[in-house]
Amino acid sequence: MSHPALIIAPVLIPLSTAMLTAAAHGRPRLQTALSMAGVLAFLAAALALLAGVQEHGSLAMQFGNWEKPFGIAFLIDRTGAALVLITALMGSASLLFLLSDADPGNRHPLTLPLVHGVLAGVSGAFCTADLFNLYVWFEVMLICALGLFAIGRRMDQLDGTYKYMVLNLVGTLLLLMSVGLIYSATGHLYFGALSQAYASLPPALSLALLSALTLAFLMKAGAFPLFAWLPASYHTLPAPVLALFAGLLTKVGIYTVLRTLGDVFTPAPELLMEALGWVAVATMITGVLGAAYHWDIRRILAFHIVSQIGYILLGIALNTEAGFAATLFYTLHHIVVKANLFLIGAIVWFWTGSYDLRRSGGLYAARPLLAVLFLIPALSLVGIPPLSGFWAKFLILQEAIAQGRVAWTVAALLVSVLTLYSMMKIWMEAFWRPHPDPTRAVTRGRIWPAYAATTGLAGVTLWIGLSPQHLLAFAQAAARSFNL
Amino acid sequence: MTWALAMCIWLTLSAGLYLTLSRDLLRCVLGLAIMGSGANLLLFLSGRIGLAQPPVIPAGETVLAQAANPLPQALVLTAIVIGFALLCFSLVLVLRLIEGKRSDDVLDLRDAEPLGGEGVKPPLPTAQADARGSQA
Repeated sequence: MSHPALIIAPVLIPLSTAMLTAAAHGRPRLQTALSMAGVLAFLAAALALLAGVQEHGSLAMQFGNWEKPFGIAFLIDRTGAALVLITALMGSASLLFLLSDADPGNRHPLTLPLVHGVLAGVSGAFCTADLFNLYVWFEVMLICALGLFAIGRRMDQLDGTYKYMVLNLVGTLLLLMSVGLIYSATGHLYFGALSQAYASLPPALSLALLSALTLAFLMKAGAFPLFAWLPASYHTLPAPVLALFAGLLTKVGIYTVLRTLGDVFTPAPELLMEALGWVAVATMITGVLGAAYHWDIRRILAFHIVSQIGYILLGIALNTEAGFAATLFYTLHHIVVKANLFLIGAIVWFWTGSYDLRRSGGLYAARPLLAVLFLIPALSLVGIPPLSGFWAKFLILQEAIAQGRVAWTVAALLVSVLTLYSMMKIWMEAFWRPHPDPTRAVTRGRIWPAYAATTGLAGVTLWIGLSPQHLLAFAQAAARSFNL
Repeated sequence: MTWALAMCIWLTLSAGLYLTLSRDLLRCVLGLAIMGSGANLLLFLSGRIGLAQPPVIPAGETVLAQAANPLPQALVLTAIVIGFALLCFSLVLVLRLIEGKRSDDVLDLRDAEPLGGEGVKPPLPTAQADARGSQA
């Protein structure tokens, strides 16, 4: 039996690290050491948690020893444990990257505490089994994210903060209202009790309540048509923070949709799932078309987050065990690949001096290793075998075809081609053609932490791609434990 | 009483929504604060209203029958505290933006996504923007 403290470790460790690093704000070296120690402890705790979950199926804890439907509960199943582990992994990669000179921002003394605050919020949302507690973790994430956006105080960053804040606050208020309405309809906030009370609700009422709740989560996930906050703000962030946000924040919205519609409120209303499928298709297409217009690497990749959110939502909309397993597989693969692409974008900036593709070039000749590092996540994002993205897309499309969803399948394949267009644009402009300014001086600075972080993430992508059976078996076991 | 409160929530939410849709930065933020109050009121209403009895279970009984449910009140308190912190942050942010831009119109906020550029391409970044990356 694992120790009960292990269940709250994914929240406790980042929160205490946030406090310790905030206290050490005047001493940068001590702060960095504390932050790295904290994130490594988080990683170790997440690994122990995964081992415990593999052994017992799920780990639960009631705060204050209240009996089950009362009081706040943490419940970590396979889905939660895998997402906590990937959160810890992303946290380690971006904090390592922050040590390099590839676009780390200002190194403001409060950056590290806020990053750990975001990590605490994200893993809290993955662990909790209480609807109101989930809202609180969303707020923890939001306020820390706002701090990281505004901390640079440049005009375009404040502009991005404002747009991010307004749209996310509307989503938060909608979430709060839906939680209130669900509580008054069922009298419960604990997931297990909600699941039982759901069966006795009138269908029209449950459709209305779940639509409001899903809409709130979709705003957080960046789904069509409410994704405007994402491409308006993400590219103003320092690169390591941007990679962390791109990997994790929208995926919390996805996870909550999966948890509520796949596990708690089952069987979900058919009409809602049908609508979710079309929202997913619209998200995919608008995201990829938005990316086709842009020439700034960060903005191209930000629009691709939106596009990929569509694929993941499609897996949920299929509403079967295989669909949910594919969703979890896709989410885990996508977090690694997306964050890695943003980090490599920062290395491109470091060597060529611009994020804009029209001002960069010559990297294949000058840095062949970087070209390989870029191709691994880029081709994986497109879905070229044998990389991880191929298996993720294959699983989702296999289930879509099995259900006879021709329109959704065709849209998904078409979007893959357009994704390939964007990745090839980056490849041709930044790597293949010569640099437009050959007289440019060679940049100097510390770059090894950036290469270490991106190589590690590329290794994870290769591992998923070359031996997908481990992750697939895990995802299938996770989906089987759902209350379908 | 429930109808009066429902009307009150409706009025608060519509006033908040109207202000939120405004192009004026400060109005938009105030609208969000008013919508937040509407949401809190809704949450408060989910635990029954009416009787002024304290939520204490009398000796010998096991069910709280006559009083309002105290749990939503605790939830509202949490939501109010969080909303207040966010309101403070957003007001400071709006002040900074108005100071920096000398304008309170949302349409003037084009720093993160500049318009223009040749043909159908977005504008090139300035040389300083290239050199500093994401530094201030």
